[in-house]
Amino acid sequence: MTGKSVFEIIGPAMIGPSSSHTAGALRIGRAAGLVLAEKPVRAEVVLYGSFAKTYRGHGTDRALAAGLLGMNTDDDRIKEALAAAAREGLDIVFKTEPSGAVHPNTAAIALTGVSGRSVFVEGSSVGGGNVVITRVNQFMVNIRGVYPTLLVEHRDRPGVIGRVTTVLGQRGINIASMNVARKQKGADNLMVIETDEPVTEDVQIQVAAAPEVIQIIRLNSF
Amino acid sequence: MIIRPVFAELVEEAEKRGCPLSEIILEREEREHAVPRRELWDKMRDYWQTMSQAVMEGVQAGKKSLSGLIGDEAFQLKKYAESGSALGGRTTTLAAARAMGVGTVSVSMGKIVAAPTAGSCGILPAVLLTAAEQTGAGEDRIIGGLFTAAGIGRIIDDTVSTSGASAGCQAECGAASCMAAAAAVEIAGGTPAQAAHAGAIALKSILGLVCDPVAGLVEIPCIKRNAMGAANALLAADMAMAGIESRIPIDEVIGAMKEIGDLMPGSLRETAQAGLANTPTARAIERQIFGTE
Repeated sequence: MTGKSVFEIIGPAMIGPSSSHTAGALRIGRAAGLVLAEKPVRAEVVLYGSFAKTYRGHGTDRALAAGLLGMNTDDDRIKEALAAAAREGLDIVFKTEPSGAVHPNTAAIALTGVSGRSVFVEGSSVGGGNVVITRVNQFMVNIRGVYPTLLVEHRDRPGVIGRVTTVLGQRGINIASMNVARKQKGADNLMVIETDEPVTEDVQIQVAAAPEVIQIIRLNSF
Repeated sequence: MIIRPVFAELVEEAEKRGCPLSEIILEREEREHAVPRRELWDKMRDYWQTMSQAVMEGVQAGKKSLSGLIGDEAFQLKKYAESGSALGGRTTTLAAARAMGVGTVSVSMGKIVAAPTAGSCGILPAVLLTAAEQTGAGEDRIIGGLFTAAGIGRIIDDTVSTSGASAGCQAECGAASCMAAAAAVEIAGGTPAQAAHAGAIALKSILGLVCDPVAGLVEIPCIKRNAMGAANALLAADMAMAGIESRIPIDEVIGAMKEIGDLMPGSLRETAQAGLANTPTARAIERQIFGTE
């Protein structure tokens, strides 16, 4: 059993025309917006494979813009999202790379916020509106966004994982799955924690109080 | 080919307990995802509202897709179905028109429910609404049917995929037609075993169908394949309820779908490199839409 839900088969409710090229693209954009967690002002989007070849006819560009603006897949404003982005001061550049990606429907987004801070998010649309976020900043990840997901970037010291999970436990948040990735021994690590309950902002602040924690990103739903 | 009798086990349990497949699938969903039944049911009902709205909207006149390639075909077929002269009869022709209509809503950037994908989103709502009208079944039966459909779709997705880019159109319109056939049997009061046979018969007829969309867009031939998928599902449901069995069990048909998907070249999996997408007319359309690329 892979533990898929029937709602990954029927659903999402979405604006067409393509679950992979429109709804999935929107969700990748939305994830990037959540990783940035501030008002975005500039996005450089590289479209790979089939995204690169067909993005205009599928409204992939409009969907990515809508996602960056935080819209959901069923938002009636998606069709006009490029104009909405321009209106809200978000400058988006699309580049295409027809070959060279692992998965045919992949987008890589370098997103800069109003404070000047930048994040990098790469994800693939794997069918039926489902996506896998494969990279967040310098970390290779595998996030499907089915559960609320917490990303904790932290120094590689003994006991950090225990401190973080203890806070979650004390706040009544159950961990569905957990993965720790690091670039090399002693370098910074990334905890990817999928939870049953969404993580609220005050829990985030409490987790961030641990001295080893560098940054926390909440992806409650995208 | 190694086959796990996943669907056969669901059918066996439903037959043993004398309940519809949707009941088994709902219980499993409750158990595995710890979501109360009421919540699952309400979410599916919300989806059904969006679906039925798209059916109503889709057969109206005045539609146009993003590229301009698709317009009032669904409206035309609905009018023809209602004229009473359709060779396939009013019911099937109307179901086909509705399936095209939902597809048309989608390609005009309107709201639909992926079932299992947007490219195949017309088949399930068209077949379920038509089957319910034909048998006098109420909304609860339709929603039950959606759970049955999703339960089969999940097995297809676990075993193969529901993405044209991975396994061709058989994984989109084929999966949708299979799901719709089984759900239609349940709505019409058939047995779980008949639902499985209907799903198998519908899927067998679409096995091997490649994904070769013109200009890479979900328009040609996708919209008309939704119509065919709907008619195919209704016929498969009728065959099963007439007592006809699929000699190849549904789990094995899904296994065959995987083998075919694995053998399918990349040029025929949503890349618009071969098949219909590579015909002179398709290439001309592509140049017209995208310029000289």
